[in-house]
Amino acid sequence: MLRVDDVTKVYRTGLFGSGSQTAVSGVSFDVRPGEVVSLIGESGSGKTTVGRMILRLTTPTAGTISFGGEDVAGYSRRDLRRYYARVQGVFQDPFSSYNPVFKVDRVLGMLRSNYLPGLSDQEWKRTLRSSLEAVSLEPADVLGKYPHQLSGGQLQRLMVARALLLEIEFLVADEIISMLDASTRIDVLNLLGDLKGRGLGILFITHDLSLGNYISDRTLILRRGRVVELGPTPKVFGDPRHSYTRALLSCVPQLHRKWGDEVPVGANDGPPATADANGGLVAVDDDHFVAPDEDAA
Amino acid sequence: MSLAVDNLRVYYRTLRGDVRALDGATFTVADGEIMGVAGESGCGKTTLGKSLIRLDGRMRVVEGSVTLDGIELPIADDRAMDAYRFRSVSIVPQYAMSALNPIRRIGRMISELLSSRGVSYEETLPELRRRLALVGLEDDVLERYPIELSGGMKQRVVMVLSTLMNPSLLVADELTSALDVSTQKAVAEMLVEFRDRGFVKSTIVITHDLSILYQVADTILVMYAGKLVEKGSAAEVTEDPRHPYTKLLIASLPEVGVRFEERRLTGIAGRPPSLLRPPTGCRFRARCPIATEECAEEPPFVELAPGRHAACWKVAA
Repeated sequence: MLRVDDVTKVYRTGLFGSGSQTAVSGVSFDVRPGEVVSLIGESGSGKTTVGRMILRLTTPTAGTISFGGEDVAGYSRRDLRRYYARVQGVFQDPFSSYNPVFKVDRVLGMLRSNYLPGLSDQEWKRTLRSSLEAVSLEPADVLGKYPHQLSGGQLQRLMVARALLLEIEFLVADEIISMLDASTRIDVLNLLGDLKGRGLGILFITHDLSLGNYISDRTLILRRGRVVELGPTPKVFGDPRHSYTRALLSCVPQLHRKWGDEVPVGANDGPPATADANGGLVAVDDDHFVAPDEDAA
Repeated sequence: MSLAVDNLRVYYRTLRGDVRALDGATFTVADGEIMGVAGESGCGKTTLGKSLIRLDGRMRVVEGSVTLDGIELPIADDRAMDAYRFRSVSIVPQYAMSALNPIRRIGRMISELLSSRGVSYEETLPELRRRLALVGLEDDVLERYPIELSGGMKQRVVMVLSTLMNPSLLVADELTSALDVSTQKAVAEMLVEFRDRGFVKSTIVITHDLSILYQVADTILVMYAGKLVEKGSAAEVTEDPRHPYTKLLIASLPEVGVRFEERRLTGIAGRPPSLLRPPTGCRFRARCPIATEECAEEPPFVELAPGRHAACWKVAA
């Protein structure tokens, strides 16, 4: 459904753009319908840039991003509107995603006038109710309220509901639960899991490995703009092949296991990835790719 | 006994009345103990940490006392507390990265801070260098401006600076929250290292992240809506939580290995009560699955076993 193909993004920095900073370098992956792919990386790894490029908030320096076989770079304004009716993003801070002086209805209403002008009031109400239901929000609890009257979890679920009004096919979720409390973040995660069941493709961008592990089907580990490891989530977490992935996993604070304890790693006796082919990634298992390990060499 | 807090109540003044952010906290922290304070946003954990160091303008001590090494701290008196700050009590604030003066080189900033306390920078320098080296920072950070350092480096500088006078109590508020996992581990382990080396006697680590506390803390205190909910050793609280809130909170944490397809975790329905007019009785009552009428009366924070406390009618046998 969504293909990111050998995408690179170089930011110009400094006076008159004299310097440059490579944020993303030769990243390729795809997301299928009904699949959650998590994009995991530390700060500065370029994970947010990848999400912004998919949403056409910034353009790649090289490489292509295609959705349903169409290159999104060539989209005209009208094409773009059509694109946004199918692809939406939700971002980290639910409190700054809303205009504080607008009631939330108005935020949703703006979407209606932009994308669904043909809808009758009756149909709109029905759509609204069903998308609120999909994110388990009671309409009476949120409609007619100002953003400050709602909790972070409610606002974030409402952002997802807003995206669902459009019958989107793909969602970019960039750190959407980082600012939520532990007791409510799991509800938003479960919501993503339910949406996946309805055929939605989701790119789940996070720095938190345990959240990525919980929700995603496939995991992509990004380091300094490059893909380090890509594969089915149980394999990447259960049998990490790249030394960086292993190092990250050993640092994750967990209940019931101390940092000093031995990390139970899987078989882990596969051939080391050294050859350079296929965009620098080497297949170590079915659908499991690793970048050549600079640290081990 | 290093720190003893007795029935501490700290409210915030607002136009609509007092917000009861910390409503009766009684606990002790022993010498050499690292106590973790865990809770969600608005539970009063930051208020608790701040009230031991410096109240901000809107905060008011309503009741209670804080005793450190046998001396009662004048926490309500900003001026009088000055004699204790930095030397006996110290804090690594929530946004330690912005605690550094952006237009001063690190060395000069430390020198100014020390001289304001009547301490010679030159005499302290060898020890300062030794400690910077201990946390993996080169000597030349003293010549640098904060903007030249990464988040993790700044956090380490503030940590070294806050503990330079070997305070009896260190409060570290969300020390690792803004850091990447690998840096997070290094900084959190510094807390243990500093305690082991005797740079600080007792430490209070405040965070929303229970799993970090499990790594570094000896004891964990769980707070909810301005009240103490549960306290015990780190192992007891995480392996055998007694209060329904702690149980549900721990059950909602996804760990590496738990997957949506295999085991669906659940959150806690509802949201914490407003602290402007908190409900009577147990404050977790509205969200608690096992609440009954008796919960309309406030449960005391009782000792179940030595060092093991909880505030719930259902667990107090």
